[in-house]
Amino acid sequence: MKHAILLLATWLLCAAAVAADDGAALKAGVFEPARLAPAFTLEGSDGSPLALERYRGKVVLLGFGFTSCAEVCPITLLTLAQARKLLGAQADELQVVYVTVDPERDDTARMKRYLAAFDPSFVGGTGTDAQLAAVRKEYGIAASKQAGRDGSFSHSSFVYLIDRVGRLRALMPYGRPPEDYAHDVGILLASP
Amino acid sequence: MKVLRWQWLAVPVCAGVLGALGWAAFTPVQSSSREALFEIPDGTWERRMSGDLVEILPSEIRLTLGVQDVLLLRNLDRVPQVFGPTVMMPRQSFRLPFEVASSYQFACTAHASGQMTVIVEPQPLSPWARVRWRAIQLWAAAT
Repeated sequence: MKHAILLLATWLLCAAAVAADDGAALKAGVFEPARLAPAFTLEGSDGSPLALERYRGKVVLLGFGFTSCAEVCPITLLTLAQARKLLGAQADELQVVYVTVDPERDDTARMKRYLAAFDPSFVGGTGTDAQLAAVRKEYGIAASKQAGRDGSFSHSSFVYLIDRVGRLRALMPYGRPPEDYAHDVGILLASP
Repeated sequence: MKVLRWQWLAVPVCAGVLGALGWAAFTPVQSSSREALFEIPDGTWERRMSGDLVEILPSEIRLTLGVQDVLLLRNLDRVPQVFGPTVMMPRQSFRLPFEVASSYQFACTAHASGQMTVIVEPQPLSPWARVRWRAIQLWAAAT
């Protein structure tokens, strides 16, 4: 009888682990199979080289934008800051990385100031035009300067979710609430 | 009073129309799958390279909450493709569920406009909404 209960408990635990890791349970769009997130090295707003490998063991939310953005970026970053708060004690296991599409204006100091207004833990990435274009290509990010709008950019507004082992697991479209991010990050943190 | 032949015919026709309207209004809307699937066929890259302008994804996709509210993209080609909002590796799929009715804009370099729109409509729960939803589906299928 004890064996049967132990077996049942083990099976339930396994089933729960599988369910927790089930991509379909995420609210974001899920990639199947997941592939390793393309590697890059940029200048980090924290003064260190920015590479995703630095954050192995954490879940990374990777977004693209620029500090002069008046429409999309402030909303996305505020949402991510709120999601981080919702995670409570698990917040330290989440890293937000924001890569600029406007290297002309966004140097590391400017990005640091801008991102700190949302959450001091957020890290920005910048680099040369060529470096950033290569990163955007790897991630399928569209960005183009808008004529006559004071150097404004039109850019992809979704956020990638990268798991603890560096796999590109999902993509959250713009406009989703912080609760959706917290929900999905929680699932990714729970998966092995 | 003399009853014309067409008047006799009108009775079953009207009954049929009313029956169809009743069915359309009161039968819950269902779908065999919640997923709207779009695939990049194998060989698409080669066709594009040879100058064939292959349209693989419509610029506007309509989904309905509770009926068909999951966008499923699948790359069956042998090379990575920009498909909808993202880059997809060969044999990779992307499954995006929607929970809120709205119009979603995605940058999509596969389209001349550079944009793809996913319109997610509310679940048709009222009789009138069901009739309207079925009429739109019928129209889309016919055109």
